[in-house]
Amino acid sequence: MYREIRNHIIKNLKAGIRFDGRKALEYRKPITVEYGFTKTAEGSAKVTIGETEVICGIKTEIGKPYPDSPNEGTMMVGAEFLPLSNPEFEAGPPGIDSIELARVVDRGIRESKCIDFKSLCLEPGEKAWTIIIDICPLNDAGNLLDASALAALAALKDFRFPKLDEDGKIVYKEKGTEKIKLLCEPVECTVIKVGEFFIVDPIIDEQKAVDARLTVAVLRTEILLLCRKAEIVL
Amino acid sequence: MGYNKRIDGRKNDEMRKIEAKVGVIKRAEGSAYFRIGNTWAYAAVYGPRELFPKFKQNPGTGILRCSYNMMPFSSSHDRVRPGGSRRSKEISMVTEKALSPVLDLSQYPNSVVDVFIELPETEAGSRCAGITAAAMALADAGIAMKDLVAAVSVGRVDDKIVVDLDYSEEAYEGGPVADIPVAMMPNSGEITLLQMDGLISKEKLKEALGMAKKALKEINEIQKAALKDKYKVV
Repeated sequence: MYREIRNHIIKNLKAGIRFDGRKALEYRKPITVEYGFTKTAEGSAKVTIGETEVICGIKTEIGKPYPDSPNEGTMMVGAEFLPLSNPEFEAGPPGIDSIELARVVDRGIRESKCIDFKSLCLEPGEKAWTIIIDICPLNDAGNLLDASALAALAALKDFRFPKLDEDGKIVYKEKGTEKIKLLCEPVECTVIKVGEFFIVDPIIDEQKAVDARLTVAVLRTEILLLCRKAEIVL
Repeated sequence: MGYNKRIDGRKNDEMRKIEAKVGVIKRAEGSAYFRIGNTWAYAAVYGPRELFPKFKQNPGTGILRCSYNMMPFSSSHDRVRPGGSRRSKEISMVTEKALSPVLDLSQYPNSVVDVFIELPETEAGSRCAGITAAAMALADAGIAMKDLVAAVSVGRVDDKIVVDLDYSEEAYEGGPVADIPVAMMPNSGEITLLQMDGLISKEKLKEALGMAKKALKEINEIQKAALKDKYKVV
């Protein structure tokens, strides 16, 4: 079936049209960011791109730094493709698509060096913050990747370190005020190739007709940071 | 001395602030969120659709399948590890049992109606919020129902009977606490879920259930208003 849809997409792109009337390099509207979406997270945000909605929340733990980087804290990105957000998502352990998404978001944050991991260290070799970023799609209408990366960045901007008691344990009763220092703001953009055409912000049907996909993380100064290429042979 | 004043200042029969909305997840057949205080449940319905694995199919009737899941950042304490826990499996099961009495799926042999409940933020009463949201989502999906289902927790905090216990009341240490989640078909008054943690006398239990019934009527009005609101002519 997707061969037919794909042919249809290509035919339309030749005439300069997409299914929803957009141009090839046009994002859906509106793109919105809602900071502090859930109060139980130390930082959170909801991002919408058109009908796609993604929630990102950050929790933190205190752990021992890795022996090879005793002065640094750590970060982890997790993504769960919730079956509530798309009829094709199945319940169960994370599939390869959600793992890939989490790793691409992780790389954008890590490789842009927007977090100074040294600032997450509490006691060299003994105690450091672990920042855990969790991504949960609410409605998958395509291009979860760009929405997730934006949600992760927004949640980091919303993040406040929790307070610690005398024993160094996290106090959950009151919220902290100290922000995490972000040295830059990486934004990810995914371009897909269908036939000979390049388009951004694909909707579900376009996503299924993909020949190749490339995600780049960019900074304000437009430095290319990461490439992730996936080719799908039809 | 007794528990004379509720910790957050509510009256004994007063619930936390409630907000409900229907049609919040575009890709689902039916969806809703229900928010009570700091507890927030999203529910999405997919189906009736063919049930897999095939051996689970029932040629006599369709079946209801519920899944309750807390988002990793939804706890006001440590991060919740993704993937089902024993607790979430039990709640999924009791949610199924609480909702199935209002459904007649005999028209959909070999099929399943999937209900996915996701909680972005929780603070006590999450199974009740999940059931209440799920009932609205089922109605929104156009599944034939003989009644809605509304759920709330009631209970005893020391010598007082109160409705919709929050976390500080569940964890009250000044006296015995009993937490009783109740789900009811508001029109017939029949109970579809009744659980309890704690100790209570027969008389007090009756009093508590009476209070639950009154609160559930209120919740039912909010459910109906939210469902009608979706089809409001602008």
